[in-house]
Amino acid sequence: MRGWVLRIGQASFVLRPRALLVGGCAVLVLLLAVLAHLMFAGRPLAFGEVLTGLSGGPGAPSRLILQVQDFRLPRTVAGAVAGACLAVSGALTQNVARNPLATPEILGVTAGASLGAVAVLVLAGGGAGGLSGAAAAVGLPLAAGLGALLFGGGVFLLAVKRGSDVLDSNRMVLVGLGATAVATSMVTWLLTLGDVTNAGQALTWMSGSLNGKDWDTVSPVTVVALPLLLISAFVARWLLLGSFDDNTARSLGLPLRWTRPLLLLLAVLLAAVGTVLAGPVAFVALVCPLAARQVTGTVVAPLGVTALLGACFVVVADLVAGFVLPQALPVGVLTTVLGAPVLIALVLRSQRRTS
Amino acid sequence: MNQPILAASGLSLGFDGRTVVRGLDLALDRGSVTTVIGPNGCGKSTLLKGLCRLLKPQQGRVLLEGRDIAAFPQRELALRMAVLPQTPLAPSGLTVTELVTRGRHPRQKWYQQFSVGDEAAVAAALEATDITDLSEVALEDLSGGQRQRAWISMSLAQESDLLLLDEPTTYLDLAHQVEVLELVRRLNRELGRTVVMVLHDISLAARYSDRIVAMKDGVIMAQGAPSEVVTPELLWEVFGLRAQVVTEPTEGRPHVIPLGQESVASSV
Repeated sequence: MRGWVLRIGQASFVLRPRALLVGGCAVLVLLLAVLAHLMFAGRPLAFGEVLTGLSGGPGAPSRLILQVQDFRLPRTVAGAVAGACLAVSGALTQNVARNPLATPEILGVTAGASLGAVAVLVLAGGGAGGLSGAAAAVGLPLAAGLGALLFGGGVFLLAVKRGSDVLDSNRMVLVGLGATAVATSMVTWLLTLGDVTNAGQALTWMSGSLNGKDWDTVSPVTVVALPLLLISAFVARWLLLGSFDDNTARSLGLPLRWTRPLLLLLAVLLAAVGTVLAGPVAFVALVCPLAARQVTGTVVAPLGVTALLGACFVVVADLVAGFVLPQALPVGVLTTVLGAPVLIALVLRSQRRTS
Repeated sequence: MNQPILAASGLSLGFDGRTVVRGLDLALDRGSVTTVIGPNGCGKSTLLKGLCRLLKPQQGRVLLEGRDIAAFPQRELALRMAVLPQTPLAPSGLTVTELVTRGRHPRQKWYQQFSVGDEAAVAAALEATDITDLSEVALEDLSGGQRQRAWISMSLAQESDLLLLDEPTTYLDLAHQVEVLELVRRLNRELGRTVVMVLHDISLAARYSDRIVAMKDGVIMAQGAPSEVVTPELLWEVFGLRAQVVTEPTEGRPHVIPLGQESVASSV
């Protein structure tokens, strides 16, 4: 065993030193990233000011509390939770699709969410000035969530073939690509309808942005996200067996007819949650599971490390994209610019190792 | 107890509306080694898949210890029978120990990832297949024979009474084939496992089995002790092969000597 075994009474756990080390480092990096985000996402605040604002103790200026707790913290939390959800969703999708390059985008979730969001922006945006107020705070995420669930759910139902014992990975990918094409073309059509301001707002949303997140959106979605992430931790032990061939997996006692649809459902829900929070932030779902596998040296991506890497990636990228670069960008633009070379490097590295 | 450990009655199997195995009856005794032989496409592997529920019967049923196999939850089935498919695939980078540990999956829970029992069973399985030295080697770095032993070791770690092996000697040279079959015999004799396997080599099947089941076109043509089943008449009937059957000198089992065109002419 490449690891330590911890036994307490009837319970036993396998602890992998390398994964623990990587996980510990990732927690540290995430804490630093969150702190940096709170300090520098806007007018620079000192470390002490952030702490005062967070604790909100007596004597803390109410303006500081408002700034830290109501303006900056929701954006930071949204980035971290969205990153974790998208990354775990990516790991699950890659496992179910049996393809290391599969992402939740092929499940139709992302395109469905975009369709919902763009529909609200274009159809309800009205004249000049774009969407604002309650429609932006509640209507937009709600529509994105509905779109994601509608398309993701549709793909899920069509992928599970009636009468068949096992969910066919190829069938799922094909159905997902079809659904994505449908949603994408409808988005394009919607964009031609609205006026320029609305279309611009829609395009920003579609590139993935954390701009203007507030607790009205972030808290309910986070409340949904955390149990989903927790459930993922319990089903993680199916992932290794699921990457064997189907017959071997079943012979080893894994009831694929339940486990694979459940994993797919979980992947759809997590992707929906992540996309509602941050828009379709590209490359997080693709790169984080691959990176987690490589740094921990395990056969399947450990979900805890994957989630932490996803959270770090989005929080840091948002800080850099929004507040460090001379021209503020949506976070999704930066994750794409950073993610693409990282992906190429990871693929090249893994190929060199196997050749 | 004379109840067969595994029995099929009126079993028909197939896929996509096609029927490959037709109304087959079979009973396997506890503690025996049974080998299914037959020409390509006769339904041997399909039968094995049906016996372990990787394929749902079109008709008939399979009884495991007297209980319909359809009623077993997947995990309980895995506790009672270990199955090695013909060409199993493992994710790349997996080490031998990691593979063998998967055999413990039916006994593990999220809070029981590697119990004392798991550790002992994995060590014993590695020992029995003589790959303890290779335990930290990645599967893709093993030779064909070593890899096959690693897979069998995984099935062994399941600690099930029944072991189903679909062509465990495919792609192996003769020495490695014998090595795998010697292992199967040892598992049967020393650990009391009941083994069902599919083999292509009739002589090796005769040598290492208590019972031979000869199939053609989805039905059983003959079954019984190797010396009863492996005869020139049956080989002609089942395989369309002209052959002499001699008794091999070491264990007194039947041994097949195929005859070419010329030898057929000269022996007549």
